[in-house]
Amino acid sequence: MRVKVLSRNPDDYLRETKLDLQRVPRNYDPALHPFEVPREYTRALNATKLERVFAKPFLSSLDGHRDGVNCMAKHPKSLSTVLSGACDGEVKIWNLTKRQCIRTIQAHEGFVRGMCARFCGTSFFTVGDDKTVKQWKMESPEYGEEEEPIHTILGKTVYTGIDHHWKEAVFATCGHQVDIWDEQRTSPMCSLTWGFDSISSVKFNPIETYLLGSCASDRNIVLYDMRKSTPLKKVILNMRTNTLCWNPMEAFVFTAANEDYNLYTFDMRYLESPVTVHMDHVSAVLDVDYSPTGKEFVSASFDKSVRIFPVDKGHSREVYHTKRMQHVITVKWTSDNKYILCGSDEMNIRLWKANASEKLGVLAPREKAAMNYNQKLKEKFQYHPQIRRIAQHRHLPKSIFCQIKEQRIMREARRRKELNRRKHSKPGSMPFVSERKKHIVAVVK
Amino acid sequence: PRAKSQRLRWHLKLSGQREEAAAARAARLDLLLPEEPGFLEADPGEDTCTVTQGDIAEAVDIASAAKHFDLRLEQFGPYRLDYTRNGRHLLLGGRRGHVAAMDWQTKALMCEINVMETVTDVAWLHTETLLAVAQRRWLHVYDNQGLELNCLKSFPRRFTVLMIFFSLFLQNDKGFLQYLDISVGKEVAALCTRGGRLAVMAQNPANAIIHLGHSNGTVTLWSPTVSEPLVRMLCHRGALRALAVDPTGTYMASAGLDRKLRLFDLRTYRVLQELVLPQGAGHLAFSQRGLLAAACGDLVQVYKGVGKEVPPQPYLCHRPPRPPHGLRFCPFEDVLGAGHGHGFTSILVPGAGEANFDALENNPYRSRRQRQEWEVKALLEKVPAELITLDPTQLGHVDTASLQQKREERIQRLGFDPQAKAKFKPRRRAKGNNLLHRKRKVAHEEQRVRVGDPPPSMNPQIIWGAGATHPVQHPRCCCTVADRLQ
Repeated sequence: MRVKVLSRNPDDYLRETKLDLQRVPRNYDPALHPFEVPREYTRALNATKLERVFAKPFLSSLDGHRDGVNCMAKHPKSLSTVLSGACDGEVKIWNLTKRQCIRTIQAHEGFVRGMCARFCGTSFFTVGDDKTVKQWKMESPEYGEEEEPIHTILGKTVYTGIDHHWKEAVFATCGHQVDIWDEQRTSPMCSLTWGFDSISSVKFNPIETYLLGSCASDRNIVLYDMRKSTPLKKVILNMRTNTLCWNPMEAFVFTAANEDYNLYTFDMRYLESPVTVHMDHVSAVLDVDYSPTGKEFVSASFDKSVRIFPVDKGHSREVYHTKRMQHVITVKWTSDNKYILCGSDEMNIRLWKANASEKLGVLAPREKAAMNYNQKLKEKFQYHPQIRRIAQHRHLPKSIFCQIKEQRIMREARRRKELNRRKHSKPGSMPFVSERKKHIVAVVK
Repeated sequence: PRAKSQRLRWHLKLSGQREEAAAARAARLDLLLPEEPGFLEADPGEDTCTVTQGDIAEAVDIASAAKHFDLRLEQFGPYRLDYTRNGRHLLLGGRRGHVAAMDWQTKALMCEINVMETVTDVAWLHTETLLAVAQRRWLHVYDNQGLELNCLKSFPRRFTVLMIFFSLFLQNDKGFLQYLDISVGKEVAALCTRGGRLAVMAQNPANAIIHLGHSNGTVTLWSPTVSEPLVRMLCHRGALRALAVDPTGTYMASAGLDRKLRLFDLRTYRVLQELVLPQGAGHLAFSQRGLLAAACGDLVQVYKGVGKEVPPQPYLCHRPPRPPHGLRFCPFEDVLGAGHGHGFTSILVPGAGEANFDALENNPYRSRRQRQEWEVKALLEKVPAELITLDPTQLGHVDTASLQQKREERIQRLGFDPQAKAKFKPRRRAKGNNLLHRKRKVAHEEQRVRVGDPPPSMNPQIIWGAGATHPVQHPRCCCTVADRLQ
C-alpha cells in the first residue's frame, strides 16, 4: 500500500522574521477563482466611479495679461516655459512650475497675430498688426539692458501667422500670401499663393520638414512643398478652416479646425475624404494642438470649452470648461503629454491636466500597479451599459447643454427630410453621401 | 465603415491571441507549484476500501497522522460542523446547545459556549471572526470569543453562507427561502418555494444558485432575483435526503428515500450515473478534487471517479462511533470531518484536498493583517445579488439584441418598414361578364410568368423563427416559374 497525505511544512508558507515580506504563493487554476467575470465587473465599476471622483483637472490660472490672449508658443527645449501673446501687443514668458510671469515685452502695437519659437530654443519670432516680424532672444536681458528685438522686418501687408521650420533656419509667414523667409535676409525667399484671399495660418510638418499647410479665407486648405516653390494641392471644404496642426507621429496626417463646429483629420495623400470627422463642439473651433504621442489632440472653441479627442474616434473623450473661462482662442498640449494650456478672451491662461483623474508626482510602484490594473479593467468593460454611462458622464454648462439638444433636433429634422425626399423620388436619383464626404466640396491638384 | 470593421476584426484577433498567450503562460506556471496532491494506492489484489484509518495513520508522517483524531463529546447531542473557507478553523455545534470554535490543526480552542437552546445548524460567516448558529427560534450571530453579536428573527432550519456575495441563504419550515446580505444587513429576497417543508439544501459554489430538495423527489434551482425556480428536475422516486454539488459546478449528487445515489450533469440536467446503496445516504459532500463522501447509515463512504464513464468506485470506508449527522471536507487538506452523536471525527482521505492554494483567495497561513486586508478587498469587490445567474460568465458574453430591437433599428435606419403590409387596394369588380374578365386576367398572369418576371407585389420574406437554425420561408412567398414547373 502506497499512501501520501497532503502535509505542508509551515516554514515554507510563513515568513521567517517580522521584517520580511509575507509569502504569497499563487495558483492560477480557474477552479480556485470562482465568479471571475462578476468580480472583475464590480472592480471595473468601482474603478470607473473612482475615476470620476478624482477627476479634478484644473490646476491653475496664469494671470497677468491686460487683454485677451491671442496666441501661444511652446519652448522646444524647456518644459516649464511657455510664451503668450495678447491683443494689446504684449508678449509674456511664463514659468509653469512657479506659475509666474518671468518676462514681459511690449512687442507690437496692435494684436500679436502669431508667435513661434525657433527649434534650438534660443530665440522666438512674433508677428503683429503693425506689419512687422520681430525676432527676440529667449534669455532675459541683463540688468540695465533694454528689451530690444534681435531683428525686425518691416512688411507691406499685415501678417496673420508665423511658423518656424523644424530643422533649418527658415520660417514662413502668412497674410496675403505665404512667404518663406531665410533668417538672414529681409525679404522672403519665395512667395506662394493660390487664389485671391487672405491666409489665416501656416504650419510646417514636423516630420517631413519641407511640407507646409495653410488655411485660407476662401474655405480651402492648401499644401505646399518648400523645395518646389509651387503649391501642391488644395482641398475646398464647406466652411473656412481656422487652423491646422500636423500629427507629430504620423508624417502625413493633419487635423483642421473648422468654422462648422467640426474638426477634420486628413491624410494628405487622399484629400477626397477626411479620415475622421470629429463632432462635438457647438460653436466654431478656433485652435487645435496634438499630443506628443500623436494619439489625441485638444481643440479650443468659441463655445467656452476645450475638448480632447482621440485621433481615431469621432467624439471627444473629455471636455473642460469653467464659469470664468470665456471664448478660448488658443490651446497647447505640453511636450511631456501631461498638461494642457488654454488662452482665452478674458486675459487668462489656464493650466489643466490632460488626464483629469491622474495623480501627479512620483507614484509608489504598488500605486502604479494598482492604477494600471484599474485602467485595464476600465478598458475591458467599457462597453457595458452601466459602466459606459458613468464613464462618459460629464457636467456641461447650461449654454452648451442646450445648444447640443437644439443641434440634435436640427440634425434629426434635416435627416428626416432627406429620408422623405429619398423615399418620394426616383430610386437612385438621390445617392447616399457618407458623412465624411459631405463636408468636402472639391480637391484641386 | 469598411475601415472600422477591419479595425474591429484586427482588434478582436489581437485580443484573442493575447488571451491564448495569457492562458498558456498561466499554465506554464504550474511547474512552480510547491505541493503534490495526496494519493492512496492499494497493493494488487487489495482494495482501498479495506484500508483502515489506523493503517493510513501509521504509514504517514506524524503531522498528517495528527490530523486524524476523535473528539468524544457524548453529552451534548449529535454534532454539526463547518470549516472556514481556508480550512484552518473548525466550528462544532451540538444539538443540545454546545458550540465550539477551534483551530483544528494546532488544536487551539477559540471559544466554547453553550447557547442553552436547541442548535439545528452552525456555519462560519466570511471569516473566522464571526459564526452563525441556528437555534430553536432564531438565527444568532456570535463572535469567535462567544459574544453574541446579532439575532436575526427568522426561523431557519438549514442555512448556508455565500462568500462572494457576503450573504446568507436560509430556508425555514414554512417553505420560504430567504436571502440576506450580511455586509449591509438587508434582506434581498424572500422567495416562496411552495414545495412544502424544506430540509435539504445545497449551494452550487460555481454560480451561487441554491438547490433545494423537496419531498416529491424534485430538485429546484433558485436565484434571488427570480421568484420562480430557474430549473425543476425530477431526481428521485421518493423524497430527497441529501444533495451536494461539486466545486466546479458540473455535477450534482443526490440521495433519496429510494436508496439510490444519483449523479447529475448540471449542464444538461440529465442523470449520469446511478448507484444503489443498501442504506440510502443521509449526507453527501464533495471534496475540492472531486471525491464524494456519503453517510450511509452509520458508515461513511468516500467515492472516487465522479463523472467518468464508469460509476464512481468506493475509495475509503470508515465507521465513526455513531451515525454521522454532518459531513464536510476540509478545504486544502486531505481530511473529512464527520460530526456524530458522540462528538467529532476527523478522517484522513488521501487525495481529497487541493494541494496548492492561491494566497490571494484563501490562505490557510494568513496573518491577522492579511485577513483584515483580504476582508476589506472582498467587501469592495462584493458582487451584487442581481448578478446571480445560471451562467456566471454571462456578463462576458455579447448581448445579441432581440429580434424586435433589430427590426426597430432597421426601420429607423432605412426610414420605412420593409416588412410592413402593403396598403390594401380593393379589387375592382367589373360589372357584367365576370367569367370573361376572370379568364382574361388569368391569361394575363400566365403570360407575365412565362416572360420570367415574378409578380411585383409579392416579395419573399425570410423570417428567422425563434430558435430556428435555418430560415423559414414566409407562407406568403412568391410562386416562381421554378415552383410551377416542379
